Amino acid sequence: MIDYSSILNKTVLDIKPSGIRKFFDIAETMDEVISLGVGEPDFQTPWEVRKAGITSLEKGKTKYTSNKGLDALRQEITNYLLRKYNIKYDSKSEVLVTVGGSEAIDATIRAIISFGDEVIIPQPSYVCYEPITMLAGGKPVIIETKAEDDFKLTKKQLLDAITDKTKLLILPFPCNPTGAIMEKEDLIEIAEVLKDTDIIVLSDEIYSELTFSGNGHIAPASIDGLYERTVTVNGFSKAFSMTGWRLGYACGPKELMSQITKIHQFAIMCAPTTSQYAAIEALKNCDSAVASMHEEYNRRRRLITKGFNDIGLTCREPKGAFYVFPSIKSTGLSSDEFCERLLNEKHVAVVPGTAFGQGGEGFIRASYCYSTEHILEALNRISEFLEQFK
Amino acid sequence: MNIELLKVLATNARYSVDDLATMLGISTDEVQSQIKTFEKKGIICGYKAVIDWDKIDGTYVSAIVELNVVPKAGLGFEEVAEKIASYREVESVYLMSGVYDLNVVVKGKTLQDIARFVARELATIDSVTSTTTHFVMRRYKEMDVKLYNSDKDDRGQFLL
Repeated sequence: MIDYSSILNKTVLDIKPSGIRKFFDIAETMDEVISLGVGEPDFQTPWEVRKAGITSLEKGKTKYTSNKGLDALRQEITNYLLRKYNIKYDSKSEVLVTVGGSEAIDATIRAIISFGDEVIIPQPSYVCYEPITMLAGGKPVIIETKAEDDFKLTKKQLLDAITDKTKLLILPFPCNPTGAIMEKEDLIEIAEVLKDTDIIVLSDEIYSELTFSGNGHIAPASIDGLYERTVTVNGFSKAFSMTGWRLGYACGPKELMSQITKIHQFAIMCAPTTSQYAAIEALKNCDSAVASMHEEYNRRRRLITKGFNDIGLTCREPKGAFYVFPSIKSTGLSSDEFCERLLNEKHVAVVPGTAFGQGGEGFIRASYCYSTEHILEALNRISEFLEQFK
Repeated sequence: MNIELLKVLATNARYSVDDLATMLGISTDEVQSQIKTFEKKGIICGYKAVIDWDKIDGTYVSAIVELNVVPKAGLGFEEVAEKIASYREVESVYLMSGVYDLNVVVKGKTLQDIARFVARELATIDSVTSTTTHFVMRRYKEMDVKLYNSDKDDRGQFLL
């Protein structure tokens, strides 16, 4: 008998399984679940983009590309980042096309973190940063962002978290699940803290197109003092509704990118070729498709925010991504209990805030990647559920 | 003029004024007065349900009738187009570019109803020189709404 647990990597064994596993199992036994639980767009990939993928297949473009990705795509990525966020990268030496933003995050952390290095991770946030840091031998240092700060990372919190072992700061904004964004003045404060350090910033901007503030998305790399220390990660999944195409990218100083590229080269080889051809089309010709999805998301965002507040769950207006993060503290339930009972009693699926870190206790995440009719029906059921707590 | 309001109403005319106001980030008064203005100006011309009549046997068949028409001096196609539009059997009338002039959608309870209507009414109008009738065999999409079930959400219930 092989004792597998003695063979397996200790760090892997220590990684906690996802906090939503049990909800899957419950939901599976039910018909008619109304879900607000999904973190991916409901829109189809714009047809032009799908067509570009199909055309590339018809032309037989089915070989590996260069490790870094197609020249034409890297060029379009730099054009896009300059046009949209005023950050300038050299397409030849500072851009790497990856398998989703996820791979970009993984390769960046692995390229930078050695055993014992500390990685500052603001939470509640997407679930990948902590395990990837652990796998790289690093030590996650969690900062819990606060509702009263609109779930932004503050200067004081950052100052308190930095030690002489700090190597990397994750900036997960716009933030899944909180919907928080960092405005220009917030980033300037972060830049001031980091000014005389060698701390690198990994800015995960996968939701950048989904920013609902007057100034639009502000890229950390566009701020004085951050450019030279920032790896900008973005991708096609959310902005262009291309989750299944698995395509993202990382951009940053060439000294970093050449090493990150090494990991990508050996672990992955290159991002999917068909997706790369499709992505060129997305960056070139999809501004109007992106704008119309943005308009629709914005209407849903307003509707669901007001909806939660109207039924008695305090919900701050999210400024980014496609989630609301209402407080459920008034019910006296924990996030986990709330979600489990809501699922069992009203067949509505939402995600407990604790799935995104302990700082998410007292909150739930509801996605608005659903039609307005669907959202209104879900809110109705949640409202019925809440009656018992009045 | 709030074009976004029109776009939203075009997808679903049954939103409450409250929901419309919330979605668009304007006041309920503003929504009401905009709608009133649109109605008064004839920009919003009506509110109707999109019905899949195929699900109820014997209630509805339709045909597209292509008409060639001799336009009248000084009046062009207006007179005949308006005359055709005034029949209750006629669902829509369009003036077309290309090889024929008017595209008329005609509805009835049976194919015979439509055949009779085309032969007795449309074909006999003085300025109509020819008619070509195409019966609709199946409708897949009506007023932007798909009449078949294709959009199953295959995303699962939970995804971080």
